[in-house]
Amino acid sequence: MIFLDNLINGLSLGSIYAIIALGYTMVYGIAKMLNFAHGDVIMVGAYIAFCGLQYWGLPPVMAILVAMAVCTVLGVTIEGLAYRPLRQAASLAVLITAIGMSYLLQNLALMIWGANPKSFPRTFINSSILRVGELSISSATIITILANIVIMVALTLFTSKTKMGKAMRCVSEDRGAAELMGINVNRTISLTFAIGSALAAIAGVLLCSSYPILQPTTGSMPGIKAFTAAVFGGIGSIPGAMLGGVLLGVIEIFGKAYISTELGDAIVFAVLIVVLLVKPAGLLGKPVREKV
Amino acid sequence: MSDIRSGAPLLKVNDIHVYYGAIHAIKGISLEVYDNEIVTLIGANGAGKSTTLNTIAGLLHPRQGTVELNGANMNGVSASKMVSRGLSLCPEGRRIFQQMTVRENLEMGAYSRPVTEIDASLEDVFQRFPRLKEREKQIAGTLSGGEQQMLAMARALMSHPRLLMLDEPSMGLAPILVEQIFDIISELHEGGVTILLVEQNAQMALQVADRAYVMETGLITMQGPAEELLHNDAVQKAYLGS
Ligand SMILES: Nc1ncnc2c1ncn2[C@@H]1O[C@H](COP(=O)(O)OP(=O)(O)OP(=O)(O)O)[C@@H](O)[C@H]1O
Ligand SMILES: [Mg+2]
Repeated sequence: MIFLDNLINGLSLGSIYAIIALGYTMVYGIAKMLNFAHGDVIMVGAYIAFCGLQYWGLPPVMAILVAMAVCTVLGVTIEGLAYRPLRQAASLAVLITAIGMSYLLQNLALMIWGANPKSFPRTFINSSILRVGELSISSATIITILANIVIMVALTLFTSKTKMGKAMRCVSEDRGAAELMGINVNRTISLTFAIGSALAAIAGVLLCSSYPILQPTTGSMPGIKAFTAAVFGGIGSIPGAMLGGVLLGVIEIFGKAYISTELGDAIVFAVLIVVLLVKPAGLLGKPVREKV
Repeated sequence: MSDIRSGAPLLKVNDIHVYYGAIHAIKGISLEVYDNEIVTLIGANGAGKSTTLNTIAGLLHPRQGTVELNGANMNGVSASKMVSRGLSLCPEGRRIFQQMTVRENLEMGAYSRPVTEIDASLEDVFQRFPRLKEREKQIAGTLSGGEQQMLAMARALMSHPRLLMLDEPSMGLAPILVEQIFDIISELHEGGVTILLVEQNAQMALQVADRAYVMETGLITMQGPAEELLHNDAVQKAYLGS
């Protein structure tokens, strides 16, 4: 029973990582950059949802939608102001800018909401506990896993069926060739940031529904873990982010439960190292290859 | 053959200078392409042929000089907008979308056009390239080199260009396939497509073209009717290996 309990918790935590990892992996695939501020967009999303619930008296669904809208605007603005001017610059310059943006967001949050941790309110997401035999499962767990599945299916359909989704795949494969098709690359990159950031808001709410302590650094650790998950699954690959995220969550929970609570995170990174040694492109990453 | 040159040129390149950082790759070249012509641009490796085509397509921007399409100045127009102005580049090295299917690649070629027109264009292209129809659902990266080149050309045609630019379409292909590619180029020309062709295979390019320009290290050193250049001593020595 404890095993099943752990497995379900792992799947739920992993689902949150997976949703965050999607943001990293899509932006990496399309803009070829690591957006280290992504974790902090999650934190902003959680704070906006918190304000909506606590101060503005919004119903939960509205609060989530407002958080998604704010994060979408935030993500697109960050891209337009900070990253777009560096499109031709060395990738190290972009990386440093992204790290700077991460600190900027954390400090702004510190200014606006203060350093004291806020306790995230209860909503329909985490209001009940289901009992199945001896198992007791929080509704947050179930909703998180379901949200993950819905997002995965929706994104897969989007990228395989819609014109815009296909344009995203083109830009990710060959930016120059995509331009020659008439695809507006800047707009495609903006769209990618918009989608990733809206998902970050959802991840923020789900994260705080399971671990209800909210502070300006809330997004950091999940952000880094999700980045790890994206690399683990094969950065640039959408199913890879999903698989990497879920596996990472399960490994983390099992590591903490059966090996050592303190070493849980170390175990996660150790597994990552082993995977990258065996499969440098990640679990589902495609090794780069060209036909002459 | 040069009689068909009448009125204003479809494409007019005016004394362009193109740089890669500090490298001065194109040092002031001018050329024209008139409606219904095949014009070829030949020259040794590194002469600046691809740079010229990429600049015309809007992927690179000249530091000086202008590119005019149909009399309108195209400086500052992005590559993605050039497509809807009737220009299409089939780039060096094919650059097809390896992870997409043949059909998806073709559909992306028609990205700038109304969805309702795509099916008719697909029919056209499949008629010209029956091999592609058989392989419609195949992942493009698994096609043979020759098939990939066909796909790249077909994809460039999907935008219904007035001016089609081909950058070394015969690169790396067996002689029989090179023949086939040049047959297709002739057919396209007969169908009314204007073509600017860059080729290593100067012999075949000069045979199919109306006019030609010869490039050397960023400059145009010779130009004239293709027929003439084909029999020019200097050209024969340098590019035709005789
Ligand atoms: N991205 C780049 N950065 C710097 N220099 C470049 C770049 N691309 C091309 N060059 C230089 O510009 C010059 C012209 O190159 P270009 O590719 O246009 O030649 P080309 O005539 O197409 O040659 P080839 O027949 O080999 O394709 C070369 O000296 C090349 O080294
Ligand atoms: Mg070239």
